[in-house]
Parts: sequence; C-alpha cells; structure tokens
Amino acid sequence: MNLARTLRMGYTVSGNSRSSRKSIGIWRRRLIELFLSLGYAALVAVPAGGEDWGMGAANRQIARGAVFSPVSAPAGEIATLSWFILAVTAAIFLIVFGLLLYSVVRFRARATDEPREPAQLYGSNQIEFAWTAIPLLIVFVLVLTTIRTIYDVQGAMEPPGAIHVRVIGHQWWWEFRYPDLGIVTANELHVPLSDPAHPTPTWLQLESADVAHSFWVPRLAGKTDLIPNKINTMWVAPHQAGIYLGQCAEFCGTQHAMMLIRVVVEPRPAFDQWVAAQRQPAVSQSVEAHGRQVFESNACVSCHSVRGTRGHGTYGPDLTHLMSRQTLGSGAALNTPEHLKIWVGDPGRMKPGVLMPAMNLSKNDLDDLVAWMVTLK
Amino acid sequence: MAGSIEERIALGREGIATAAELAQPLAGRLHEWIITVDHKRLGLMYIGGGLFYFMVAGLQASTIRLQLAVPNAGIVSPQVFNRLLTLHGTAMVFLVGMPILIGFFNYLVPLMIGARDLAFPRLNSFGYWLWFFGALLLYFSYIGGGGLQGMGSAPAVGWFAYAPLTETPFSRGNSTDYWILSIFLTSVGSTATAINLITTAFTMRCPGMTLNKMPVLVWLAVVDAGLMLVALPPLSAAQVMLLLDRYMGAHFFDTQAGGSALLWQHFFWIFGHPEVYVLVIPAFAFASEIIPVFSRKVIFGYEVMVAASCAIGFISLGVWAHHMFSVGMTPAGNAFFVTSTMLVGIPTGIKIFNWLATMWGGRIRLRVPMLFSIAFLFQFLISGLTGIMLAVAPFDWQLTDTYFVVAHFHYVLIGAILFMIFAAVYYWFPKATGKMLDERLGQFHFWLFFFGFHMTFDTLHLAGLAGMPRRIYTYQPGRGFEELNLIASIGVILQGLGVITLVYNVIRSLAAGKSAGRDPWDAWTLEWSTTSPPPEYNFPEVPTVHSRRPLWDLKHPADPDWRYE
Repeated sequence: MNLARTLRMGYTVSGNSRSSRKSIGIWRRRLIELFLSLGYAALVAVPAGGEDWGMGAANRQIARGAVFSPVSAPAGEIATLSWFILAVTAAIFLIVFGLLLYSVVRFRARATDEPREPAQLYGSNQIEFAWTAIPLLIVFVLVLTTIRTIYDVQGAMEPPGAIHVRVIGHQWWWEFRYPDLGIVTANELHVPLSDPAHPTPTWLQLESADVAHSFWVPRLAGKTDLIPNKINTMWVAPHQAGIYLGQCAEFCGTQHAMMLIRVVVEPRPAFDQWVAAQRQPAVSQSVEAHGRQVFESNACVSCHSVRGTRGHGTYGPDLTHLMSRQTLGSGAALNTPEHLKIWVGDPGRMKPGVLMPAMNLSKNDLDDLVAWMVTLK
Repeated sequence: MAGSIEERIALGREGIATAAELAQPLAGRLHEWIITVDHKRLGLMYIGGGLFYFMVAGLQASTIRLQLAVPNAGIVSPQVFNRLLTLHGTAMVFLVGMPILIGFFNYLVPLMIGARDLAFPRLNSFGYWLWFFGALLLYFSYIGGGGLQGMGSAPAVGWFAYAPLTETPFSRGNSTDYWILSIFLTSVGSTATAINLITTAFTMRCPGMTLNKMPVLVWLAVVDAGLMLVALPPLSAAQVMLLLDRYMGAHFFDTQAGGSALLWQHFFWIFGHPEVYVLVIPAFAFASEIIPVFSRKVIFGYEVMVAASCAIGFISLGVWAHHMFSVGMTPAGNAFFVTSTMLVGIPTGIKIFNWLATMWGGRIRLRVPMLFSIAFLFQFLISGLTGIMLAVAPFDWQLTDTYFVVAHFHYVLIGAILFMIFAAVYYWFPKATGKMLDERLGQFHFWLFFFGFHMTFDTLHLAGLAGMPRRIYTYQPGRGFEELNLIASIGVILQGLGVITLVYNVIRSLAAGKSAGRDPWDAWTLEWSTTSPPPEYNFPEVPTVHSRRPLWDLKHPADPDWRYE
C-alpha cells in the first residue's frame, strides 16, 4: 500500500492538478497492460518453428561456415582482402572510439566545476589538414588493394580444362545446363574439384528467364546477379570436396526465400561418374507404366521434361534424373517418396505461392505417378 | 546594437495559444491547422505525420522480426511478408525520414536566421498536402491494390522495386501503381520544400547574418535541399517511365520486350544514394547544434564543417553504382565506384573529428539530447566503417543483399539518423511547446532504445556474414541463423518499450510538463531568443546579429564571438 503511494508520488512533482495526475495514472496502467498482453500474444503466436520437411536435419549434416571459411578460389581471395579491410577498420574504430570515450569521461560536467564556460576553441588549420591527409593515405591504400582483387577475380582467364555451366534463374528454382556434356539438371550444381596444378575451374554463364536473381554460395565465391537480357559470368575453383549451401540473393518475388542452391563438389572420378549417369535416359518402361501414362496425359508435360517420354516442357525443372537430387522444390523439402507425393498433390503446402499448381489427381493416379517418378534415378 | 535582442525579449509574447484561440471549438482549431501557411505549424505537422507513420512502419518491422524470430515460423504468409517489407522500407524513407527531417528544417530555418517565415509559405503548404495525400495513397493500396485483374493488396516488390518484377507480367493488379504514385507525389512535395529552403536561406537572413555567419544547421539545410533538387527528378522520371511501361506499353524496363532491367537500377540508385545523404545530413545538422551547446563550446572548425558537408553533397552524386557491384559491371566500372565511395569517407571522417574536437576540453552536460548525440557518434562511426567494407567491391560481392547490409543501413538510419531525431525532439520540444520533456523518462527511453538497437542490429551483421540473405520470409533450421535471429527479435521489444516511453513522455509533458522558458539549454542561436512557443511572427522585431552565436555575444558582452570569427 505504501509502495503504491510512493510510486504515485513520484509523478506529483511536475503535475499541476489532481485530476490530470489521476488520468495519467490510469493511462499508464492501461499502456502497461496493453503492452503486456501484446507481448504475451506474441509469445503464444510464435510457434516453435513449423514443419521443415526434413531440411533441418539435412542442413545440420553440412559443415557450417560462410564468407570467412572459403573453399574455393574467388572466395579465398575475397576473404583474404576482407581480413585486411577488417583489420584496418578495426584499428580506426579503436582509435576514434577511444577518443570519444576519453572525451566523454574526461570532459563531462562535474558539480565541482567553476561556473564559467570552458575555453572556446574556434578551429585549427593544422589539425584539420592532419585529419584530412591521414585518411586520404588510408583510402589510397584501400583503393589500390581493392582494385587489385577486382582484377584478380574479374580478369581471370579461362584455362583450357574449364567446365561450362549455364545457370538460368527462374521464379523460384535454378536450371543448370552443361552444354558441353549434354546434361540438364536443377537446383543442385555438381562441379569437380580443381587441382591447383591442373586447374579445372567451373565457368558459370548466368541468365534469367524472368526477373532478376542472384547466385550466391558464400564459401565458393561472391554473388553475381542473373539479369534478364544480360549475360553475366562468374567462376569457381573449389579445392575441398563437400556440399555447400547457397541461395538466391536478389529479391525475386513470393518464394525468394525458397530458392536454395546446393553445390556438390566432388573429386574428378566421382564427378565423371555423375556425368555418365546423368547422360543416361532414365525411363523404365515396365511395372510403373501406368504412372508414366498419368505423367504424359496430364498437364505435367507442358512444364516438365523427362527424356524418353512425351514430356518436353521447359517451364519447370527437368525431371529425367529427379531421384538423383537431394531436395524437392529448390531446397524446400528433402527428396523422399512420401514428400514427393505431398509435393505433387499440393506443392503449395511445402512452398506457398509456388508456380506449380496442385495436380488434383485421384489417389490411384497419384500413387502410380509417384511410384513411377521414384524410378527416375 | 546587442541591446535590440534584449528589447525583443522584453516584448515577446508567451505562447501562441491565447485564451481567445483556445475558446474556439475543436473544428475551428482544426480548420486553422489545415489552412495554415505558418512554417512552424507545417513543420510540426510534418514531424507529427512522420512520427505517426514511424509507428505504423515500426509495427510492420516488428511483425517482420516476429516472423523471423524462429525458423519456419508461420505468423505471416510469404505474400504478406513481402508486402510488409516493401511498405516498411518505402514508408520509413518517404513517409518517416523525409517528412520528419523536412519538418525540422521547416520549423528551424526561419527561426535560426531571424526570418518570419519561409520565402514561399503557400508553396510550403502545397508541399505538405502533396506529401499528406501521397502518403495516404501508399497505405490505401491495402484496400485498392486489387485492381480489375485481382492479385492485390499492397505492393510486394521491395522498396527499390527492381525491374522487371514491377512490370505487369509479374506485378498484376494496381498495388505497384499506388507505390509509384505515392512516391511521385511525395517527391514533388519534397522538391517544392527544397526550393523553399534554399531561397529562404539565401534571401531572408536577418541583418548582419552573412553566409559566413549562418548557423551550421542552416548551411546543412541548404546542402540537403540542393541534393533533393538534383536527386529527386531521376526518381520521378523513372516512376513516370514505369507507369508508361505498365499502362501504355512502353518498354523502358520491360525485359520481355527488350527493355533494360539495369536502366531502372541506375535511375533508382542515382536517386537512392544521394537520398541516404538527404536523410543523414539533417542528422549532421542536429549534431552540429546540440553537441556544442551541451559541451559548452563553440563548434570546432565551422568553415571546415560546412566545406566537408558540401563535399559530401557533391561526391555523393557520383557513388550510386556501389549498390550494383554484383550486377556484372566491368572491372573498370567497379574500380571507379570503389574509389568515389571511399572518397566520401574523408569529409565524413572530418566531420566526426570536428565533433570530437568540439567536445574536447568542454564541459559535457550528459542530458538526454547529448546522450543521443554521443550514441550517434559511436554508431555513425561503426556504420561508416561497415560502409568502407561494403565499398570494397569484392567484399561487397559477399555482403550485398545479405543481413550485413540490412544491419549496416539500419545503423545509419536508426543508429545515426533516428538517434539524432530523438536528440532533436528532446532538444527543440521545449521551444515548440513551451514544456520540457521529462529528463528521467528521457534517460529511460535512451537506455532502452540503445540496448534494444544493439541487440537487434549488432547480431544481424553476423547473420549476414553467416550467409543469410535479406528479404527472405523464413529460413530453415540448421544453417546457423536461429540464435542470431532470436536475439535480434528480442531486441525489438526493448526498442518498442523505448518508443512507448517517448510517446508517454510527450503526452505527459504536454499535459503537465515543466515550463521551459525561452532558453532552457542556455544555448546560442536565434531561436532561443524568442518565446517558447514562438509567436506566429517569430520575432517582434527583426534581430540583428554580429556573429554565429548571437546569444553568446549577448551573454558574454565582454568577450563576444565576433572578435574571433
């Protein structure tokens, strides 16, 4: 009781009338109540995270790391330059922040100060010159090192053994075409290790089928945009095998968030094996034939290709070797038969706003279709 | 001559609202505000309107952070999220930053140069109402955006609205049209204000105030207005071109008909980068008034401060493509924009050093405006240094379009600009209302906001470095983003509490605040020589000045400033 009175008294100091004080108290309480209830609502409303369709576990199997743990040539050069820039900026920060902290502590007003104003200092040309010239020198060094790295990365010549890939951005998936190898795939890019002695980097030619996208796998290279009506190039020369995550980095519409990239870096023999498998026609004709008929007699074929069938669509990903890929929907779900059935039935459940419509197949048709699709290895 | 100011003080009338005015019915008083051409009322209407949209767009940001607090959250759908991020960004720039800063200049420039109003009061009112209705249009898109073809609600194209996402095949309905028209109208309003500010500063200064004796804030208002005049027309032109694309089959940016997506990017950023300086220069202006008063020292290096600001203005017109390092420019193009961007750092550094030198040897009074100003120096330093990192094109290839950039520009927009807006609110509130804001609540507001801000945006730098792109409505678990995002979202609660404290402080102080008197901070520029709030005509008699700090001369007749300038 006394506490409440003391609290209220705290607000009587500058109040000028009893009634306004009272109404302020009520409003204060209402505001606090409003805020607490909003906070509570927020806590209840945030679920512990929705269904992740197996992707959380899959992601955890992949080594963490991004900008500062490069495994490839351009990312490595960029990281080296970045460490240098970080060191310079950190030094500047420490000096200027130190001066700021010192002035605030040393020159703060104290009760014991004399009442008169401190000495007025109007400026000094020498000091101004010093703090113009020194930053100018720092900028000079930073600009030169930066330009050198720009030319190292952008001016690199393509060696004879390079792999070529056309990367085509779509709303919201990636098309990868290997023109020299006759392979078309989606969302998961395979590239060989590049031995520094005999470099076999991969040269990516970036195009867009619709709006602007950006190809970014931080451990391999910086990002480069895919812009309609413009062809960009970038290159990677990875020196460590593994799977590396990336994703679209330019806002491209509803499902920009689920335009993920996986890059599989393999030693040359494994890469060659993958190439050979991808070049095979993958269609089996036997027991699952009804599923194939469902595929060929529905709208599937207007968007998707499966080599060796009537499906020649190019609007959606090529499905010839669908089951060789780890994920569905450009990284939206782990690629398992159960997930595939959900995806074909209603892709919007896994990727709201996706451009593929729900196919509304009968249960039998859906079962047979998926039974056939899982043979597309 | 100095006696004339004292005479004026004796003549001054306390407050604008006389008993007769207060006796009017509410409708009458509202009518007075609507028809007003008084720069002070329009200034307050700009600031009030800006703070209103600050709440709205702030709540939208809070929803964004709520959705991103945990992976795969389902608070909002991707479509709703994309609308939120578009409106949050657009509103914070055009409906919050611009009106608040224009409002402060509107209010302060005539008072600080001893004028009775801006040069063109009715143009000023015209600009305000253009802004007012333009702002309504943006949020009206939530109702009218559907259009005849469906696909509606608010625009979902991002605040820089890259082509061809804004073209009809990808952006059906009318939502993008509302975005275009809203920005077009508010920009025309800002252009009108820019003309007004420049004319006022150059032609309406009181006797004795040569350009060399103009307060730093007024100089920066001129630089700011000059930048607006140059930077806004390309944006308006681009908006018209986009409308032609959408309605008349022009193909400027329509890539499917051979248009250029990059052309839009150039148009947008040749506006967009100077716009950053349009927003931050007023923050410099507030700091250049507040830091000297609370350090009890004259600003260090007045001429250099003004020159550095002009240099920033000029150089900022040649750096726009540093937003486009990843679009595949030639190495030479990249090198040019690296160099020009790094060069901006030099005058910016000079300004920071001069503020520090102003504090050096002073007697720093740690009142609320000064707390915000010191935090501004700290945060502006960091955002300048992360800006250097982003200017390094290869580093930028990694960082651009990630949460590192989001954190960087929120450091500028919140850590520098919003902190200085708060400082300015605490500093000039007594002048505008005649009431002091409560000091203790102000300190509360400061510390809540300071810690909340750092919780949110320090961690988001790391999220960007960990590989998190911006503008994603959700992310998957297992990629190292979870903890950082949760901490960032919790920080929003502290910032929200801080803003609520400010609102409460304003309401409470208006009702029952301490009376401010003319000059509560013992300051030196002309606005403190008239009553709080100033009468409609500002000064009963046009003042005459002899130095940059007329009130200092008055208070120290034995040692006036004009001996040293």
